[in-house]
Amino acid sequence: MALENTAIQEKLAATFGEDVFNFQEERDIFSFEINADKNTAIILFLKNDPDLRFHFLTDLCGVHYPDNPVEKQFAIVYHMHNWYENKRIRIKAFINGENPEIKTISNVFLSSNWMERETYDFFGVNFVGHPQLKRILNMDEMISFPMRKEFPMEDGGRTDKDDRFFGRTVDNC
Amino acid sequence: MSDSKINMVAPPEGVVGEGFFATKLNDVVGLARANSLWPLPFATSCCGIEFMATMASHYDLARFGSERVSFSPRQADMLLVMGTISKKMAPILRQVYEQMSEPRWVIAVGACASSGGIFDTYSVLQGIDKVIPVDVYVPGCPPRPEQIVDGVMKLQELVKSESVRRRSSPEYQELLASYNIK
Amino acid sequence: MSELLLPPEHRYAKIIKEQLNEDGNELSILNLGPTHPATHGIFQNILLMDGERILDAEPTIGYIHRAFEKIAENRPFYQITPLTDRMNYCSSPINNMGWWMTLEKLLGVEVPKRAQYLRVIVMELARITDHLICNSILGVDTGAYTGFLYVFQFREKVYEIYEEICGARLTTNMGRIGGFERDWSPEAFRKLDVFLEEFPVAWKEFENLFERNRIFIDRTVNVGAISAEKAMAYGFTGPNLRATGVDYDVRVAQPYSSYEDFDFKVPVGKSGDTYDRFCVRNAEVWESLSIIRQALDKMPEGNEYHAEVPDYYLPPKEDVYHNMESLIYHFKIVMGEVPVPVAEIYHPVEGGNGELGFYLVTDGSRTPYRLHFRRPCFIYYQAYPEMIKGALLSDAIVILSSLNVIAGELDA
Repeated sequence: MALENTAIQEKLAATFGEDVFNFQEERDIFSFEINADKNTAIILFLKNDPDLRFHFLTDLCGVHYPDNPVEKQFAIVYHMHNWYENKRIRIKAFINGENPEIKTISNVFLSSNWMERETYDFFGVNFVGHPQLKRILNMDEMISFPMRKEFPMEDGGRTDKDDRFFGRTVDNC
Repeated sequence: MSDSKINMVAPPEGVVGEGFFATKLNDVVGLARANSLWPLPFATSCCGIEFMATMASHYDLARFGSERVSFSPRQADMLLVMGTISKKMAPILRQVYEQMSEPRWVIAVGACASSGGIFDTYSVLQGIDKVIPVDVYVPGCPPRPEQIVDGVMKLQELVKSESVRRRSSPEYQELLASYNIK
Repeated sequence: MSELLLPPEHRYAKIIKEQLNEDGNELSILNLGPTHPATHGIFQNILLMDGERILDAEPTIGYIHRAFEKIAENRPFYQITPLTDRMNYCSSPINNMGWWMTLEKLLGVEVPKRAQYLRVIVMELARITDHLICNSILGVDTGAYTGFLYVFQFREKVYEIYEEICGARLTTNMGRIGGFERDWSPEAFRKLDVFLEEFPVAWKEFENLFERNRIFIDRTVNVGAISAEKAMAYGFTGPNLRATGVDYDVRVAQPYSSYEDFDFKVPVGKSGDTYDRFCVRNAEVWESLSIIRQALDKMPEGNEYHAEVPDYYLPPKEDVYHNMESLIYHFKIVMGEVPVPVAEIYHPVEGGNGELGFYLVTDGSRTPYRLHFRRPCFIYYQAYPEMIKGALLSDAIVILSSLNVIAGELDA
């Protein structure tokens, strides 16, 4: 008996009501959005509920949408996996672009610790309650959040390229 | 000895007579240095795997006098920088270079070490010659083991022809000063 | 001594001070990496040591951060394969194929059976080379150099097969949307046959050198053990998870590229220690060999090596020069004029070290809007400090090499 999308949807709607919305089957993964304030509670529920059993956090990452209205400029995307029923889900939580902040889930899944640090490093999203929220891949001295769309990819210190031909504008880092 | 397959290095130019051989000190020192270069592999990524192939049985870098891979910078002559050097790594590379004793040579193996390669990004150092002087560049992403061996042989040529006084010459001091290395 | 390494406000400095006041036992600090020769990659660990026993470790990574995800946002889809090569450079074909399969899922391209089987062969070859490096280096770290020198010759043989297929050795950049860029030459199949004949003999001998070797067993059994629950909490996948006894394998759970056609076992360990990880990888090599043989046996007739998708598959060069239609397609693909659906895709493949996932967000343009790689190494390496707590320093090295952490994949 496979875990049906409708079963997940009903269960979540019954427990969290309005905080879970926009259910859809996107390609082969059932996905929905959640209210960012409730992320820890919803993910804990998904993990511990005896029917849902999404016990494995596959992935956590951020996406930057600078063209969205300001309260929806960043998305934190969680991929969870139920190995018993072999069912994957994708959860999106949109957060504010000016002061990106969301609760940590590192107390629910140990594996999210570094993934949240990476997201902080790339996007500057503040994971409230994270035990050690500091840069992980880049240097501590860096001031930009490189994966935000406004920051350029290239290194500004390169002298052998003519900036006019490569569309380089400002120094990054 | 006639059936031996071992190739001996040819002696330098000089005057041969009855029981003596006269040549320049430069040439003798160069010959000795060139054929016993101890490599320090500074392998960070993909090129490091190709270096493993170079050291392993098939390509066997030991044939060129680099049998002993020295992981201590104090006892190495030839720094082989293989792979991408990020800005976070650059100070460490520099420190390793400073710990090596003179005379020291550097080979930048692969596109990343030579110029940053395909990674023209905020986090990658655009060529190690930004932080340390380089003697030989080996192109390729990653270079084949043959190319790495060729780079080593090119360096041997450099070493052979280097003057014993080069390291104390004002030009060399100036070069180091331009990298702010004491 | 420790003041030189760490600032006085560091927590280790405090622990050392407290311990010294308590019983006069002076703990020490050891900096392992980032250029330590035994770490096979560049990671730094600051270890708090009591004699030779590790009390605590603080890892630093990012020494080879190359910003793959930022580059990917600025490159057309077909230029992203070279990035995937350089992620896990020990098994680049798996990464290449994973990326093409993600795109095929996005574009709805059906790959012909023969091309799928060819992909399976090359992916299993990549898995063999990956496990071969990991296990032989584990041998080197326990003091047995012979095994490494012995099996590394066969890595060269696999490289030769890659060269026949795509022209490159290590960073293969292999394949296209819908299949391969060219058909495999008869020489590639011949070399594959030779490999299948010679390699098992060598691998058997390699196994015999280690599996019942007293020294090797003493160095690895009960070293760096991790329980299944802990491993799952830390997001372990791949051989490292299977060594703890959990039989999760993406090839079985969500078969891609016709893996469901083949009959193979998922080897599992018991205690999740270094020895089990070694044995699971060994067993997986045998399974991979069996899959390759099955794929060769079942290979459909003909010479179909790519799907008929002119919108996405670059036409042959000679046609581009002589044929109007091909020229137009070539132009459209290169200039990014082909339609790309707006979608979000997650595609997992079983990489050398576990579930390698591609999370792709598109906005209809020629470049990804966001591409996130789920890198197995990055996720499970966070368990390393916990795994080496209480172990000896020499064990820390062995545990690291048995985890097979690839720096390029770790730091992306």
